[in-house]
Amino acid sequence: MSSHHESILREPLVTGENITYSKVTEDILVPVENKPNKAWWIGFIVSALGAGLWVFAVSWTFWFGIGEWGLNKTVGWAWDITGFVWWVGIGHAGTLISAVLLLFRQNWRNSINRSAEAMTIFAVICAATYIISHMGRPWMFYWALPLPNQFGSLWVNFNSPLVWDVFAISTYFSVSLVFWYTGLLPDIATIRDRATGLRRRIYSILSFGWNGSVKTWQRFELVSLILAGVSTPLVLSVHTIVSMDFATSLVPGWHTTIFPPYFVAGAIFSGFAMVQTLLLVARKVMNFENYITMFHIESMNKIIILTGSIVGVAYLTELFIAWYSGAEYEQYAFLNRVSGPYWWAYWSMMTCNVFTPQIFWIKKIRTSIAWSWILSIIVNIGMWFERFVIIVTSLHRDYLPSSWVMFYPSWVDVCVFIGSIGLFFTLFLLFLRVLPAIAMAEVKLLLKSSSDQAKQKLIREGKVDAGEAAYYQESLEKYDSVSPRVAEYEKA
Amino acid sequence: MSNIKYILGHFADPDDLMHGIDKLQEGNVKIYDVFTPMPIHGIEDKLGIKRSRLGKVAFCFGLTGTITAISMIYYMLVYDWPMNIGGKPHFAFPDFVPIMFELTVLFCSFGMVGTYFFVNHLAPGRAPRVMDLRATNDRFVVAIDAKENPYHDKIDNILKEAGAVEIKHNERKYVSYE
Repeated sequence: MSSHHESILREPLVTGENITYSKVTEDILVPVENKPNKAWWIGFIVSALGAGLWVFAVSWTFWFGIGEWGLNKTVGWAWDITGFVWWVGIGHAGTLISAVLLLFRQNWRNSINRSAEAMTIFAVICAATYIISHMGRPWMFYWALPLPNQFGSLWVNFNSPLVWDVFAISTYFSVSLVFWYTGLLPDIATIRDRATGLRRRIYSILSFGWNGSVKTWQRFELVSLILAGVSTPLVLSVHTIVSMDFATSLVPGWHTTIFPPYFVAGAIFSGFAMVQTLLLVARKVMNFENYITMFHIESMNKIIILTGSIVGVAYLTELFIAWYSGAEYEQYAFLNRVSGPYWWAYWSMMTCNVFTPQIFWIKKIRTSIAWSWILSIIVNIGMWFERFVIIVTSLHRDYLPSSWVMFYPSWVDVCVFIGSIGLFFTLFLLFLRVLPAIAMAEVKLLLKSSSDQAKQKLIREGKVDAGEAAYYQESLEKYDSVSPRVAEYEKA
Repeated sequence: MSNIKYILGHFADPDDLMHGIDKLQEGNVKIYDVFTPMPIHGIEDKLGIKRSRLGKVAFCFGLTGTITAISMIYYMLVYDWPMNIGGKPHFAFPDFVPIMFELTVLFCSFGMVGTYFFVNHLAPGRAPRVMDLRATNDRFVVAIDAKENPYHDKIDNILKEAGAVEIKHNERKYVSYE
């Protein structure tokens, strides 16, 4: 807030010269108020082709049944649930950023929360489509709901984590949607008040008549805070329940109590990686360098090292507990993971999730855009392998050696997966075109306290300690959006 | 008698706005409302706006969700059709907790946001009651009811001295959205 003074030692969250409130609006609305550029069109066409592939492959599955997938009687879950858990995991960063970081008063969330929340919603859509299509008879999906029926009524089994999951995922999706849309209202109103003609009418409907009066803002802030408060345990509960789909079974490799925290850490890990993948490109293409700064990138990379290490500890703990339990089936399940026919999947997972993110300890690497992007892709791949390893390597060699098999995906499996990525990017690119990708109102809050401009002004006016000012100037060196000013400062 | 309905003082900076509100209040000018592009912390106290009761609303809705979940599950699994699942008790309370939690969150969020939209008259398609188009962009606008507050020159002077960048005398309350 304007009255809130931030320590000069903190790195700026908004950079750039001559930043004013109207400049924030204009910079952020460039992609919304103008025709898209070539990069957007290329991305959109490629993604839309992917989404088309998805429609085709899912329709194929609906028409011919899940026998078209590579599943067999031993491996009954494979790419479908791998894809589901992967997407749900990716869908965790948005709410984490908007809710948990709000509760912790991490102001750097302000410029990345909007796109991360949008990403959450699209990722959960992708995840939900996997759930619907893996049912085999998707038109009977409502059997998972506790509806009165002609079998008694025979109700759903509320003791089953699969039923919990129905409630968890649908609650998570709808609450995230409400959280995201409520936050969008003031920004949609900004677009509305700058637009004319049909655009104004459309955005007027979408803005719900927002006018920014004192009472509206006061309630808005309380609503955001309470939504953050309830979404924080919600986001943890969702992946906990997803992990219980496995953990409450008796399959060796799944039946472990470590699953909930391990899955939640993995979800945050993959979610931040996906945010990184998307935003590093978006900030470049859409010229958001002043709002999504190196500080944001570095902070996210730090979270990636932390959660990657937690996941690493979880992998090692699993191995240790398998050995320590003395249960031979459990021991074999893990021996098979590490050195069985799927050893390459296990070691891909280990490499991508545990080893490579460790190079983020080097500051040069975690403040390099190219490295951050490459590693974020590697993490995404690693997290896909993690789910594949958990699901397929635990199932393919069960208690009865005569039914041991390998799993080979069919072309439909592959097309559904590639198609879901296409669907995700199509939705994300459309979002970038029609809605502001950065929460303008929230970035405006930072201008007077956390922007480089405000801090430089304090330094010029001599209001801060010279040593601290020098420290601050040095911290700007890593910023790609700040021109080298240290030399200039030392001269002065 | 003029036809001026509202006097709008535009400020370019939230601190100037706060200063302007102080000055207006010192001059005994009643402020109708303030429109800003972002939340201004501490403005509610200045304008004497009461604390929002939405927190209590959220709690009540949340509690409704919890009770709905437990009664639904109890009715279905314990009362209506108790199933023998591995000889375990029908009233397996720990198993019911996840859904109780989910429905608490669901009811709390939807109930609270619904109440918020209702009390603030936010609804899709509602005509925006906007007094100035720049209030959602870069201006912090104080609106003063011109009928209730005479001596418009005095108000203009107060606003100008407090740092208002623009002063408007509007004959219509809202910017037309037809």
